[in-house]
Amino acid sequence: MQSLAYIAKRLLLMVPTFAIVMVIIFLLVRLLPGDPAIAIAGDKASDADLAAIRERLGLNEPLLVQFWLFLTNTLQGDLGRSILMKAPALGVILDRLPTTAFLTLYAVTLSLLIAGPLAFVAALNRGRWPDAAIRAVFQVGLSMPVFYIGLVLLTFLAARARLFPVGGIGHGFFENLHQLFLPAMTIALYTSAIVMRNLRASIIEVLDAEYVQFARAKGLSSRLILGRHVLRNALISTVTLLGLSIGNLMSGTLVTETVFAVPGVGRLMLEAIFARDYPLIQGLTLTFAVLVSAVFLLTDLVQSWLDPRMRLT
Amino acid sequence: MTRDTILEVRNLTTTFTRAGRVLPAVRDVSFSLGRGEVLGLVGESGSGKSVTLRSILGLSRHYGTVTGEVLWKGRDIAPMSERQLRTVRGREIAMIFQEPMSSLNPLLTVGLQLTEVLKAHTDLGRTERRKRAVEMLDHVGIPSAAARLDDYPHQFSGGMRQRVMIAIALAARPELLLADEPTTALDVTIQAQILDLILGLAREYDMGVLLVTHDLGVVAQTCDRVAVMYAGRIVEEAPVAPLLSDPRHPYTMGLMRSVPEGVAPRTSLYSVPGTPPALDALPMGCAFAPRCPSASAQCSAADPALSRLAPGRLAACHHPVSLAKGDAA
Amino acid sequence: MTETTLSLPKSRSRLGLALRRPGFLLGAAIIGFSTLLALFPGLFAPYDPNFIDYTAVGQPPSAAHPFGTDMLGRDAFSRVIWAYRINMQMAILATVFALVIGVTVGALVGYYRGVADMIFGRFVDAIITFPFLVLVIAVVAVLGPGLINMYIAITLVGWVYYARLMRAEIIGQMGNDYAAAGLVMGYSDRRIIFRHLLPNAITPVIVYWMTDMALAILLGSSLGYLGLGAQPPQAEWGVLIAEGRNFITTAWWLSLMPGIAIVLTGLGFSLLGDAMADLLRPRG
Repeated sequence: MQSLAYIAKRLLLMVPTFAIVMVIIFLLVRLLPGDPAIAIAGDKASDADLAAIRERLGLNEPLLVQFWLFLTNTLQGDLGRSILMKAPALGVILDRLPTTAFLTLYAVTLSLLIAGPLAFVAALNRGRWPDAAIRAVFQVGLSMPVFYIGLVLLTFLAARARLFPVGGIGHGFFENLHQLFLPAMTIALYTSAIVMRNLRASIIEVLDAEYVQFARAKGLSSRLILGRHVLRNALISTVTLLGLSIGNLMSGTLVTETVFAVPGVGRLMLEAIFARDYPLIQGLTLTFAVLVSAVFLLTDLVQSWLDPRMRLT
Repeated sequence: MTRDTILEVRNLTTTFTRAGRVLPAVRDVSFSLGRGEVLGLVGESGSGKSVTLRSILGLSRHYGTVTGEVLWKGRDIAPMSERQLRTVRGREIAMIFQEPMSSLNPLLTVGLQLTEVLKAHTDLGRTERRKRAVEMLDHVGIPSAAARLDDYPHQFSGGMRQRVMIAIALAARPELLLADEPTTALDVTIQAQILDLILGLAREYDMGVLLVTHDLGVVAQTCDRVAVMYAGRIVEEAPVAPLLSDPRHPYTMGLMRSVPEGVAPRTSLYSVPGTPPALDALPMGCAFAPRCPSASAQCSAADPALSRLAPGRLAACHHPVSLAKGDAA
Repeated sequence: MTETTLSLPKSRSRLGLALRRPGFLLGAAIIGFSTLLALFPGLFAPYDPNFIDYTAVGQPPSAAHPFGTDMLGRDAFSRVIWAYRINMQMAILATVFALVIGVTVGALVGYYRGVADMIFGRFVDAIITFPFLVLVIAVVAVLGPGLINMYIAITLVGWVYYARLMRAEIIGQMGNDYAAAGLVMGYSDRRIIFRHLLPNAITPVIVYWMTDMALAILLGSSLGYLGLGAQPPQAEWGVLIAEGRNFITTAWWLSLMPGIAIVLTGLGFSLLGDAMADLLRPRG
């Protein structure tokens, strides 16, 4: 019950934020020089089409009325019609969303599998060569743009060694584990550099904490100390970090989907941009904002579930 | 002094390296402790008393180099591996820390942090461990102990947290308790209660206590014997009564004069002039010489050894003072 | 537990420590040399980057063409060198306007608070709700692809992050006595903000700026790769990688080499940034 009330409160706090999000998305298209109707319908649109669009968006009305129309339409699930796909934008987006969700979760899993153990090895060997080696490798990793990581993997593991497909998606969960391995790995390599850095720092901090000294003095085994006392604390900071980097992660997904021709919302965004499909661009921008907010909220909930001090009342 | 010795520390030296500089935190410290005896380890912050305590249980070696012997019931535990040490830590020698707030894991229930010691050191089953945990909490004075087992540390007050820590430390009935300034972080009114608790339990379990403190008042109330540390070394060691009535090392005397007790009102407080030396810039001879009123040329040339002045009385000073003889103010 | 008193002169020892970091010298060397290449590419590149030689199309690396030639017969090595000019310029042009705007706005809302600060707070919440790249490419989409528009887009989004940081620092500094002292002395607001608060509050912003320069190069080349930043035939690393993308099975070096330049430069900036952070961070 308490957590329900908390979620309600958080959602309420999001209302003003999303009001501004809507204003930004609304203004994005109005900032265009020239006629938004032409921008939305394309150069080849007929006069009748343009008139219909003007009517629907209320382009002849004052700006505030237009915003009100945009807001109410959006709240009713009407994101407009995609010019590119010739279908309602919402449907097009929802069609592509599962692929991106799968890819992102796959990537997060992989990055935790990579960064977690290495962060522990580095932290436990602090200042010695394994630590220095791991940090040096990830330092280089941090300097690599995502598209380049993807391209290197694509060149050597797909195009030359032919271990993985060069792009696209397959059918079903297991086929996609193989099909989407390289894109997921691309995002994971990039994310794990950030995760490793922070996780290592937080493990070191916890290892030096008095309660870990006390746990040692109690005569507990190292396994128990690491598994129970250190891991749980380090987990909280990792969850926080992953939550806060969700925007970053989605930026990475967008680029990676383009490199590997994965038909998710990221690639859709670029397709929409090159097609100047403004309703779709607006809808996708909003979708990304909603996703990020949802992850922020989820992060908060997981945090308060992991940390008794943050549990409410 | 006829008690049999259970702990004997010989030539303990702990060195840290920070930013390329070598910092000797503990230098050639030797002392022993009898069964059921309460030994005070006194000194200013930075004198090495806490590090000495942590070095005994092997907690310092993650951060620096420890040499010397730690004979626990005749066995040297200093070179033991972490795995071997586990049979000593918590079971035979327990330790409590200064900050009850940061010494308990904030994410785990008090019950879990208590029962995990029992699980590590006893054969008790799950329900027995919980029963024993409730007994321990009750014993250290936690009201309605059974109901608080599933509470988290932040739900306790400072004094109660310190009681919880004591319960955890003593759960496996150790023979020696290392107490690192256990009352410093607490309110004055709570301090006495916690000291009484520790001493009562020590008597009850016939447990030795090595009490680190910077508070001579605490020492006077609780200890059988005292060792005074300065700049990583023991400079004086004696039974508590003679040490307080007749300190022999000028530093001990300075410490005592800085305690405002039995002083006429409106006299200005005495404090030892100067500050302790930085660990990476220790003077050649006696580390206290630059601040010592009776220092001579000899003092800055050679570091005096800890030597016996009378039965049970040791001091490391070229010119020991004596209030009894009246040759010092 | 170990109170180590390090009593050397503070500034000197910290500078010494920062300079002694193995990464610092490497980072400084990389960025120094990169700057040289950016300023005088003609001195280092053997060919004109846009010289088309139909007699030498798609050649593998050789003594005459160390990185080979592309499908128009242009020398890949010279194109990578000339790209330093654009990519190094990104580190400055994509960040410096955001820095100036962000510092000014952040200092003002942090000092005056009130309604403007409340609106700013909501605005920041809204901006961080968008993935950075999504918002930037949405703006580029509206303005049209190209280097200048890319700088405008990154600045439009990026200043918010500087302003947020600056605001927090100013508010922190205002808790200090000297700000109150300035008020009592009757100094003008402008003098208090820019003479007293700003110099003390700006350190973390400068540290962030250093890391942001590295990010700007990564972001700029990503947009170039996606076709939204620099446009062909401009020599820019992202563009070069995109041009080589279709030949990764036959001429993989075309894409690989510009990427190495990105990684090296990014590494240089982040090593320098880490050393700067050590140097400037209070009580490092």
